[in-house]
Amino acid sequence: MQLTSMQIPIETFRLDNGLFVTLSEDHTAPIVAVNLWYHVGSANERSGRTGFAHLFEHMLFQGSASVGANEHFELVQRAGGTLNGSTWLDRTNYYETVPSNQLELALWLEANRMGYLLPAMTQQKLDTQRDVVQNERRWSMDNQPYGSWWERLPALCFPASHPFHHSLIGSMRHLDEASLEDIEQFFTTYYTPDNAVLSIAGDFDRDEVRRLVDRHFGPIPRGGGKPPLPDMSLPATLGGPLREVVPDDVVLSRLFLAARSPVFGSAEYYAASVCGAILGLKKGSRLHRRLVREHQIAAEAQSFTYDLTKGSDLLVLDVTARPETTPEQLERAVNDEVDRMRDEGVSAEEVARAVTLIETELIVSLQSAGDRADKLSLFATYFGDPSLVNVQADRYRAVTVEQVNAFARSRLGIENRASLLFVPRDGDIDSPARELAAAGVQ
Amino acid sequence: MTTATRENVPTPRPEPTAPRSYHFPSFVRATLKNGMQLVVAPVPKLPLVSIAAVVDAGASSEREGEEGAAALTAQLLLEGAAGMDGAALTDRFERIGTSAEAHADWDAATVTLTVLRERLPDALSLVRDLLRKPEFPEREVTRLKDERLAELLQLRAEPGSLADEQFARAVYAPTARYATPPAGSATSVRALTREAVRAFYARRYRSSTTTIVLAGDVTVEDARTLAEQLFGDWQGGEGPASARDIATALPERLVRIVAKADAPQSEIRVGHVGLPRRHPDYFAVTVLNAVLGGLFSSRINLNLREAHGYTYGAFSAFEWRRAAGPFTIHTAVKSEVTGAAVREILKEIEGVRSAPITESELTLATSYLDGVFPIRYETTAAIATALSNLVIHELPDSYYDEYRAHVRNVSAEDVLRAARQHLHPDRLRIVVVGDPNAIMGPLSEVHGGMVDVVNADGAEVAA
Repeated sequence: MQLTSMQIPIETFRLDNGLFVTLSEDHTAPIVAVNLWYHVGSANERSGRTGFAHLFEHMLFQGSASVGANEHFELVQRAGGTLNGSTWLDRTNYYETVPSNQLELALWLEANRMGYLLPAMTQQKLDTQRDVVQNERRWSMDNQPYGSWWERLPALCFPASHPFHHSLIGSMRHLDEASLEDIEQFFTTYYTPDNAVLSIAGDFDRDEVRRLVDRHFGPIPRGGGKPPLPDMSLPATLGGPLREVVPDDVVLSRLFLAARSPVFGSAEYYAASVCGAILGLKKGSRLHRRLVREHQIAAEAQSFTYDLTKGSDLLVLDVTARPETTPEQLERAVNDEVDRMRDEGVSAEEVARAVTLIETELIVSLQSAGDRADKLSLFATYFGDPSLVNVQADRYRAVTVEQVNAFARSRLGIENRASLLFVPRDGDIDSPARELAAAGVQ
Repeated sequence: MTTATRENVPTPRPEPTAPRSYHFPSFVRATLKNGMQLVVAPVPKLPLVSIAAVVDAGASSEREGEEGAAALTAQLLLEGAAGMDGAALTDRFERIGTSAEAHADWDAATVTLTVLRERLPDALSLVRDLLRKPEFPEREVTRLKDERLAELLQLRAEPGSLADEQFARAVYAPTARYATPPAGSATSVRALTREAVRAFYARRYRSSTTTIVLAGDVTVEDARTLAEQLFGDWQGGEGPASARDIATALPERLVRIVAKADAPQSEIRVGHVGLPRRHPDYFAVTVLNAVLGGLFSSRINLNLREAHGYTYGAFSAFEWRRAAGPFTIHTAVKSEVTGAAVREILKEIEGVRSAPITESELTLATSYLDGVFPIRYETTAAIATALSNLVIHELPDSYYDEYRAHVRNVSAEDVLRAARQHLHPDRLRIVVVGDPNAIMGPLSEVHGGMVDVVNADGAEVAA
């Protein structure tokens, strides 16, 4: 399949203050996406402040020197734009897509909060956002079946001293203790132009956009450098097997089976990603075929990677049982599939299926300006090279059966498996969830 | 770029430049001799085409007692057709780099997928097999029924889904189709058989009830040729319509707790039956909703989240269906503030009914809806969905061209009139999934009357 037309145009430049800027023009619709990545995430939190990077993300929507409380959202929406932000283990992003005649508004808003956030910070805003984030925690984790997997799985797979070990959403107590001084310190250390990438994709004029970026971001001073992260390196395998059983308010057992895998962007990552897709991407994958369709012991099965670039990535299989399946049956069936992958390897047809599906997904994801800008920021932040977005399909196409098999042999052994198994609270692990099903739903 | 050291002060707030014009992609509609419709939007930006096959076979066309038949039939299209079993069909789609989704919502059954341009003929020929030669193997009927039953168990364990299900039951009369989830209840799904599925298929899947939508890198000419080749000889006239009750409302005020002991949060739903999609007040109500709770900067979210910190988010929505879908305000709040949060929600509903919205609120809503319009149609799949909606709701071909002008024409008076006509404080149904011990007292106080307590099955329990 020839996909040469799928190369997106990319230009880059850097301001004197260190801000790295990537541009990708496309005039098919009068819209433009602005996307800003700060190279800071929960991994950078100091001890006793879990959840702070994410709480801080909320504070960035609370106004800045020239923007009132709640005005950030209102200005973008009034302009006909969409916006949000998100926090991850190793980065935080902020983005808006706006009609192209409102590009300068989006740039100005981002520059205003990058340069002049602190005058707008108050104790009351911090208290309110702390409440909001604590409610986000209740909603996404505490009052959600299986919700705690978000913090249990990294805790199981990374040692306690590792920056990826602790909770991203944070503990209630640590959130309670966050102060305005923490805000100031975090802002001064990490929210600096030299620790950020700005990407702009869509309908803009190249000369004009350079002028606007320089105008609004140029005056912001470079930062004083950030403290280095502790040594992130990890052994290639977990040294397991590791296992945690979690009784929860659920009716169906669910297994998250994780393996340490090659970091995102490395040569071996692509083989690992294809291996994961053969196991769990869509209905033709092994887990779906065998466990959902043939043996009918699972209701759903999928796989995903965390896409971490330091220490180790995680490849995760996520399989939910049928009501009559015991947790042991589920665990054994998933492990059997992984054993089979490790011992017998994969076929050329399976690799071709996975690569073809991934290729289409890559192209589909380039349709929206917001997704394009986010990908540019991603490759620029992690690797200093946004043009890597244009070689991803090639990287996947180059994956061979031998590479996938080598990955499976070296990384899918029992010593590299971490099982996080959710079981219905009211039955012990040996009793089937059948009674719960029989108790009946109408 | 930067020349000398510049003063480190904020730059002034910019003004927008002149907007560039935007037009929804132009499209062509055609009807084949057998009555099947074709809608084609050539959008050659990327070498992709999205297909949406839309069949007038949604849950609302089911007969009484077969709730869930529409969803099951649609899903089963992928589980065996034209001599291929489900695994073989999956394989055929995935080898051309795509996967087909088949499902039925209230108003239609749809098969959707996106492929590289070169694969369009292969993909559409597979869609032909699904639509025209499905086999409904007994084994897959049983498996998909079991998966739906497992899903129902799963949904019941999620407080948000449980609240949605119980809210529908609280808002619509038990006879109404909208009272039961579109994919059916455990009772109705258990009763479904292969024969029921085959009968539903025979009744609803016909050339005259089907539209093929293509959006992306395809010409009208090629699309027409393909459609004629693959579907031209599909025969079948109009199927019999269902006459069942769809949307009868339960009109009195109600406050109901769905008990979840020790819940740290309350999932709150407040609302009542709204209005059908083709109501003349559609645009006024859309703007009303944006002001009340459709946006981050709407009244309800600014109040509950930004002023009080009660919640991660609070929003309102009118669900647009052929018959009157629900109007719902939804949020999840810390248990201790459940009563206070409901009080604020009621206050906001009263607020938009008692005085006109401000000019600033009106322009926020209208300029958002106007400006965001092109952003909604960036992908071929989104364009195909938009065109599917045109077909499902029988909207005029000019609908998307005129959308933005309709939005801009809504006035504050229109919004006030719509609020008074379509929001009914005396008929609000309030459903809260939460801990009765923590929220019973405060809710009784806000309500000033009896509060029901039910379990997850909807059966009444002692408070």
